[in-house]
Amino acid sequence: MIVYILQRVMRMIPLLFLLSLVAFLIIQLPPGDYLTEHINALRASGRDVDEAEVERLMKQYALDRPMHVQYLTWIQNILFKGSFGQSFQWGRPVNEVIGDKMALTFLLAIFTTIFVWAISVPIGIYVSVRQYTFTDYLFTMIGFIGLAVPGFLLAMVVMYFSFAWFGLKVGGLFSPAFELEPWSIAKFQNMLTRIWVPVLILGIGGTAHIIRIMRATMLDELRKQYVTVARSKGLSEFAVLMNYPVRIAINPLISSLGFLLPWIISGGTVVEIVLNLPTAAVVLYRSLLSQDMFLAGSFILLVGTLALVGSLLADIALAAVDPRIRFGSVEEM
Amino acid sequence: MASNENGAGSQEILLEIRDLKTHFALDEGTVRAVDGVDLDVRRKQVVGVVGESGCGKSMTAMSVMRLVPPPGQIVEGEIRFHRQFDDRVDAKDIVDLAQFESNDRQLRDIRGNQISMVFQEPMTALSPVRTVGKQITEAILLHQDVNKAEARDIAIETLARVKMPNPEQRFDDYPFQLSGGMRQRAVIAMALACRPQLLIADEPTTALDVTTEAQILDLMRELQAESDMAILYITHNLGVVAEMAEEVVVMYLGKVVERCDVDSIFYNPKHPYTRGLLNSIPRLEDVLQDRREKLNAIEGMVPSPYQRLQGCTFHPRCPDFMPGVCDEAEPQLIRLEEGHAVRCHLYT
Repeated sequence: MIVYILQRVMRMIPLLFLLSLVAFLIIQLPPGDYLTEHINALRASGRDVDEAEVERLMKQYALDRPMHVQYLTWIQNILFKGSFGQSFQWGRPVNEVIGDKMALTFLLAIFTTIFVWAISVPIGIYVSVRQYTFTDYLFTMIGFIGLAVPGFLLAMVVMYFSFAWFGLKVGGLFSPAFELEPWSIAKFQNMLTRIWVPVLILGIGGTAHIIRIMRATMLDELRKQYVTVARSKGLSEFAVLMNYPVRIAINPLISSLGFLLPWIISGGTVVEIVLNLPTAAVVLYRSLLSQDMFLAGSFILLVGTLALVGSLLADIALAAVDPRIRFGSVEEM
Repeated sequence: MASNENGAGSQEILLEIRDLKTHFALDEGTVRAVDGVDLDVRRKQVVGVVGESGCGKSMTAMSVMRLVPPPGQIVEGEIRFHRQFDDRVDAKDIVDLAQFESNDRQLRDIRGNQISMVFQEPMTALSPVRTVGKQITEAILLHQDVNKAEARDIAIETLARVKMPNPEQRFDDYPFQLSGGMRQRAVIAMALACRPQLLIADEPTTALDVTTEAQILDLMRELQAESDMAILYITHNLGVVAEMAEEVVVMYLGKVVERCDVDSIFYNPKHPYTRGLLNSIPRLEDVLQDRREKLNAIEGMVPSPYQRLQGCTFHPRCPDFMPGVCDEAEPQLIRLEEGHAVRCHLYT
């Protein structure tokens, strides 16, 4: 097991390097950079530009140097100083801008997953044992509607009706009173009263997906002989299902957990913009628009890293529940 | 039908199957997998059920376990199990297994406890993600009033009974760490853990190589001899029947066509189908004397399962086919002599 984990960690290092290259290249691809844009905008409006300040920033981030030097400067700052650079748009270090947003996005991702799993895993199991019955078709239909309705539309509908019927403003994650407060238990409780709206809207799209995966893998497993053998021991149908086919059918879901965060960030952006959530996706989107290169690059790097770490954790979890993976990797060594 | 029909009437009856019909209602038509089977198993007796693939022998076994996969269901008949209780030797209780819903509590008390089953494929009979020990103790904990440590002891003891090497280490192994023969031993241990009165073995050695097969057959005979267990042994292999069974039931297209003791089936077969089966076994002396080039096969093919044949279901392939008789009326199971019954117009 330890060998397996070490092996997986070693494999991550070259991937991380590639990821940092890609992240850097993506932010360099569009012509121009924030600084030149900013200077041009200032000059166009006829205001003076502090040449010394521009010079200092240029030096610090090696913006006047060739691209590979820029990359090295950037990555060295991250690795050795833990500094992701300056967000030009916010006028603050990237670390400060990102920290809070990332935590909220994480929280949102976790809540959404719990919601999606709590609903779709039991439904997936249920429809697999009732294949081709009315309930099977009904849940399939509901699931596909959830999959087909765009999240932002659903968000707008929910916002409209909760305002029109209950007088509630459901946008944002906090009441205005808590918005700028530091974290406290009261603020957390305040968030809990509001977070269910984005969780519900983001979750509905994922539900159908998980139901289908669960149903398909369950149908594969239910046909296997060990299920009949388990029944032949005299176990109740529920015990048979939970201890045998479900134990194996859940594996593909566990291995998909690693991609949760990228999914929330890339799939939920529009919903989060509509709902006015202070999450990472929205910030990333704005930073890309304004060519705030250090912010955008750091985001891409962080999200990619989290996806890698996530899939590492998912693999470890999978190895913990499936001995075939555990022992398979040892034999390979 | 009298229960002492097939001889040795002094022994106590354990399982009586009467006119069992298990049908599959499919879109293409109804498949009569089991179509009126009568079968008796006495205590401590080994009954062999033989027939080609698709003759309904496995479905008969699955019907007794009440594990017929949907859309199959028992449409008619009785499966009377004479249950004996460990603590009261004289007290008995006759239950008709065909009466229950397949997930019924009472049925589940019998299943895996007093009747258990060994399956064909040891490779897929165990869940790959749970240890062998866990899968064995599950049945023990369910049916016996013991705690986990005691269940572990019983499981290891049972593994030792089936001659599993290093039972204590194997207990914590996963199925994929065991060889095919060892897995089948584990599956047998799982079935024997609660000391069943009836063991149903559905071709338990078909998937194994011949050496392992011989070991497993020896093992099953030994286990049967040392306990009070009866075995319903399902196979297509007449050699295995000769080695294992005391009484043989020959099935063709969901019906019992001949029933007798193991010697009569080899030395005095009555039904043309049984004779055909025996004829198709290559004989060593023929091969040695170069007397035969080809295997003798039974003429024709097994008819489509959706087809309903009038008269005797074997008549299109029968060498003794009598026009006007065999394709008109369905033959009944006729008792020829003590312990020998046959379903054929030749003997009416």
